[in-house]
Amino acid sequence: MMYQVTDLHLSLPDMTRKPLVGAAPRIHILKGLTFDVPKGAVLGIVGGSGSGKSTLGRAMLRLLEPTSGQIVFDGTDVSHLIEDQLRPMRRRFQMIFQDPMSSLNPRRRVGGIIAGPLRLHGMETAGKVDDALEMVGLPRSFASRYPHELSGGQRQRVGIARAIALRPDFILADEIVSGLDVSSQAQVLNLLEDLVRELGLTLAFISHDLSVIRRLCSRIIVLDQGKIVEEAPTEALFEAPKASYTRALLQAIPLPDPYQVWD
Amino acid sequence: MSYLQIKNLDVRLKGGGPILRRVSLDVTAGQVHGLVGESGAGKSMIGKAVLGTLPRALEITGGAIMLDGTDIGTLPPAERRKRIGATAALIPQDPLTALNPSKRIGPQITRRLVDILGWRRADAQARALELLDEVHIPDPTRVMRSYPHELSGGMRQRILIASAFAAEPKLIIADEPTTALDVTVQKQILRLIAEMQKRHGTALLFVTHDLGVVSKVCDSLSVLYAGKVVEDARMQRFFMSPIHAYSRALLAATPTYTDPKGSLMPVPDTVIDAVELEIAQHDVRAQA
Repeated sequence: MMYQVTDLHLSLPDMTRKPLVGAAPRIHILKGLTFDVPKGAVLGIVGGSGSGKSTLGRAMLRLLEPTSGQIVFDGTDVSHLIEDQLRPMRRRFQMIFQDPMSSLNPRRRVGGIIAGPLRLHGMETAGKVDDALEMVGLPRSFASRYPHELSGGQRQRVGIARAIALRPDFILADEIVSGLDVSSQAQVLNLLEDLVRELGLTLAFISHDLSVIRRLCSRIIVLDQGKIVEEAPTEALFEAPKASYTRALLQAIPLPDPYQVWD
Repeated sequence: MSYLQIKNLDVRLKGGGPILRRVSLDVTAGQVHGLVGESGAGKSMIGKAVLGTLPRALEITGGAIMLDGTDIGTLPPAERRKRIGATAALIPQDPLTALNPSKRIGPQITRRLVDILGWRRADAQARALELLDEVHIPDPTRVMRSYPHELSGGMRQRILIASAFAAEPKLIIADEPTTALDVTVQKQILRLIAEMQKRHGTALLFVTHDLGVVSKVCDSLSVLYAGKVVEDARMQRFFMSPIHAYSRALLAATPTYTDPKGSLMPVPDTVIDAVELEIAQHDVRAQA
């Protein structure tokens, strides 16, 4: 198993209701999540805004510490490891961010952006940057360009290249195509699918778009208000959704079909 | 009755290349017209040209915009702003940035009515309450006194819809109004916009990149590529038999959950090359 998550709870201080003196009240965001991610799986994490899907992703990468419960990454309990213990492991789980414009440093060239994490982990950069660019289908010459010189789809490819350059075992992709046009969306999804296959990656893909999820994922968990309301293999979930929330999500999607019943 | 008529509109970057290329379209009372295209196709720029809010770096170099029968290009600037303000309104994309975070909701709705249209404050107040009720906001009196951050994204978008309809405009331009919302909220908001638009008989120009949304709300649409309308169609006809190769490619690239594992087709390079050529030829003709 790549990940085993057991009874995960997470609460964060609600800074909008913090009194002038004293601690802010805490909001309970994740409420007892239990699920596994087998090696090589592509897990879809779906839910409306505020359902806790991004918080779950951040907890899995230990950018947030669980309040209680357990997160086991490839046999190691990472739930409460301190940063010094986590750092050597961080190379193995990487993240691709939603908005490549704000997650790529505008003052650094693409080559430097991809080499950054490699240096951080004390790895050789020579050749690795070129390899990563090639794997995401960008010409090597892009290494000397700045993010603003690229299109949205190309920028997102740089984000992917930065994540895979470290040869991680697991990648978390948080809404990575929601800002893209359908055409670049299709390209990025196709690319991700190829990379999962070629590099033997395990992937968790967070999205509110079930059409995108169906295309890519083998298994899906549906979150609503911090709880898993349904967990199923992709086909089963689309053919016979069990939870009423899943059905509501599916029915709300506007298909490009004027005859769709949409009420 | 044509509430918005655009004839051969040309917009250019000052001292640079074309942004819109001879765009023509017509939206009548009670009609919803979609503007579809990828980012950079110029779909939002059409809305901005109509509302007189084009970025300073752009200028209108040809064509005409008729708002409710008046060619707004022929009016002096002050007159033009007044006319646009009284005839057209915008439902913006991001409900958080469109509302002033430091002001209560009430004054943000009534300001336009009072300052620009010269309503009496009490009338504007009453109108705002009526509209908040019409967009199904529970307890409008309380919401009028709230600040934007106290409300959810869906609520904020409802407020902007109410605000757009406040002065009974002939034309409303909705610029990607649901892109920031999740699907269940999106559905409610699209329903609401359609309901309001029908009740008020408004002409609606609906800017979106989502063909799924178009098929739910629009009566007709224009597909844009690089500032040029490549296809104009009635909605049903478009989805049943799109004519332009680019339209077909765009449809094929749209993911649908009912189509399992069907390989997504990015718009093929051959289609891009063909449409680029078409546009190059257009530019040559335009210069001649």
